[in-house]
Amino acid sequence: MKHLDEFRDPALARALLARIQGRSTRPVRLMEFCGGHTHAILRYGLRTLLPPTLDLRSGPGCPVCVTSNADLDRAMALSRMPGLILTTFGDMLRVPGSTQSLQDAKAAGADVRIVYSTLDALQIARDHPARPVVFLGVGFETTAPTIAVAILQAQSEGLDNFSVLSLHKLTPPATRAILDAGEVALDGIIGPGHVTTIIGADAWEFLPAEYRVPVAIAGFEPVDILRAVADLVDMAEDGLPAVANSYARSVTRQGNSSALAVMDRVFGVCAADWRGLGVVPASGLSIRTDLARFDAACIFDLHPGPTREHKGCRCGDVLRGTVTPPECPLFDRACSPARPIGPCMVSAEGACAAHYQFGRDLP
Amino acid sequence: MSNEVILLAHGSGGRLSHDLVERLFVRHFSNPALLQLNDSAILNLSDLQPLTSNLQLAFTTDSYVVSPLFFPGGDIGRLAVCGTVNDLSMSGATPLWLSAGFIIEEGLLLADLERIVVSMAATASQAGVQIVTGDTKVVDRGCADKLFINTAGVGFVPPGVQIAGNRAQPGDVLLLSGTIGDHGMTIMTQREGMTFESPLQSDCAALNGLVAALLGATGRDKVHVLRDPTRGGLATTLNEIAGASGVGIELVEAAIPIREAVRAACELLGLDPLYVANEGKLVAVVDREVAEQALGALRAHPLGADAAIIGRIGDEHPRRVVLHTPLGTRRVVDMLTGEQLPRIC
Repeated sequence: MKHLDEFRDPALARALLARIQGRSTRPVRLMEFCGGHTHAILRYGLRTLLPPTLDLRSGPGCPVCVTSNADLDRAMALSRMPGLILTTFGDMLRVPGSTQSLQDAKAAGADVRIVYSTLDALQIARDHPARPVVFLGVGFETTAPTIAVAILQAQSEGLDNFSVLSLHKLTPPATRAILDAGEVALDGIIGPGHVTTIIGADAWEFLPAEYRVPVAIAGFEPVDILRAVADLVDMAEDGLPAVANSYARSVTRQGNSSALAVMDRVFGVCAADWRGLGVVPASGLSIRTDLARFDAACIFDLHPGPTREHKGCRCGDVLRGTVTPPECPLFDRACSPARPIGPCMVSAEGACAAHYQFGRDLP
Repeated sequence: MSNEVILLAHGSGGRLSHDLVERLFVRHFSNPALLQLNDSAILNLSDLQPLTSNLQLAFTTDSYVVSPLFFPGGDIGRLAVCGTVNDLSMSGATPLWLSAGFIIEEGLLLADLERIVVSMAATASQAGVQIVTGDTKVVDRGCADKLFINTAGVGFVPPGVQIAGNRAQPGDVLLLSGTIGDHGMTIMTQREGMTFESPLQSDCAALNGLVAALLGATGRDKVHVLRDPTRGGLATTLNEIAGASGVGIELVEAAIPIREAVRAACELLGLDPLYVANEGKLVAVVDREVAEQALGALRAHPLGADAAIIGRIGDEHPRRVVLHTPLGTRRVVDMLTGEQLPRIC
């Protein structure tokens, strides 16, 4: 496939590996922000190709995983409202909240529907004008613009039965929170490729400027990731941190201005509750007050009850990079994709699911 | 009959039921066993093949639920015939007779039902099987999704054939009869209203002819395992074989045939084609002595033109499927939990 095969090209990959091996002289710990990167690294077995000096840690870049139990419980409470149709991306269905998952709620009679885009949710709202249709807005800067467009579309159509529960989160403040906590020393960050396509590479300049941590924005193919790792090793070895755009076919310095404009029109910045990081100031997106009639958080009175966390689940630590998934005592014992306890084992982008599916060592 | 719909009365057992059976099912499926129209079809074995004391019967059943009912490359009726013919074929059996049970949602267009019945009749005829008995129920609107079909099938296992999921042995060679993911991605893109430059088409096909060609070329005892990688895709099927036989499977990623359009659709949705359903492909585990003959026989058949050797059976990683990637790395290919879902991020 054009534009894809070249980024899976074994010869290019070997050349980048040789470059990394040639440059890497001391231990370097890198965090891949995105669950998509964790997934690709394990799927293609890249860890086994990299020199032992490199330690790769997963980060908080899985939107499903960082959704807190308190927010999940609000979604469950919404789904149980009589007559309401809750629409969501599929990944959210199986994530356990304090007492149940949306899948459990669905089996108990809640009308929960998987959609592939917010446009599908709008169509459901058009098809059921007498019923409230709520879209569960989970995602980073990548998904937020499409949800903003859906809200504006609902407004222009007068589709008053459509609303969004916005649990959107922003990635740079989460990265800052991890570095501020200082629990895990990082020599570089593999920056999120899709997110940065929207927000622009300049949004990461604070990392080298304030924290002296280099960042390389990466795509999701093996050659993309190896190129970012090579750039990070160069910067770490030289002691010259900067923002490297290793995904130039998609990412610009300024980002996608029309996506950013529509996000800004619909959303304001608010504090957000992250699993693993807690409440991080200015790290979430809430619907602006002039669009409050599309804001499920304003429309519905939600009383989800007390929040409970599962004892022993280390998802929060995995999302901060302080432990790797196999270090969690529940991993591959009490917690597996068939019987997930934490969200990182559920989501296709979850680090635990990726380690379980691809990363278990061969005998 | 263009706007006529199925009514609850079509399933009542009265005049309308009788008319439906006569006008639709008997007319299109017509064969002597069905035309007896008794409570059971009576099947005469004596004119089929010499009866021997160790004759083995294969018997299977499956239910078919698909939305949309009609899709590029097939429909629920074709699927219901091919699926059961294939289940019999994967035991090495020669499929002969099928039953067909229809659970119909009130309001289904009679014209749609007829199109499906005609398609089943044509598919059965192509596959050389007869639909000899059947049943119809009509349920209230909302109690079923348009149409569910159950088919059961009977066939005979030729003497000397011993095909089973637990017979893969270290040293055996793994073949795949063609490209993967065509059916699953066709259905998914139809549901999502996605279109591609080169359109996707389901691979839905009856594989008994292909199996006969394979067994003819290799000898009956050299084919150890046959499976059709339907739901759960190639990865799930190979895990089942590895588990049942207690062997390891070494799979070569670059050797697995896949259409560009399927790859593109999978990339777009963030799905792994290894887990996407097929309805007209088979996996064969054969003695390595006959691997080349097996490949030649598959490729010579219209349903096996893209066949390939995709790996081998080993003893290094019992019960595991290990994928060798083009980068020279290896990883475990596990069974999937639940459905594959498109990515968010």
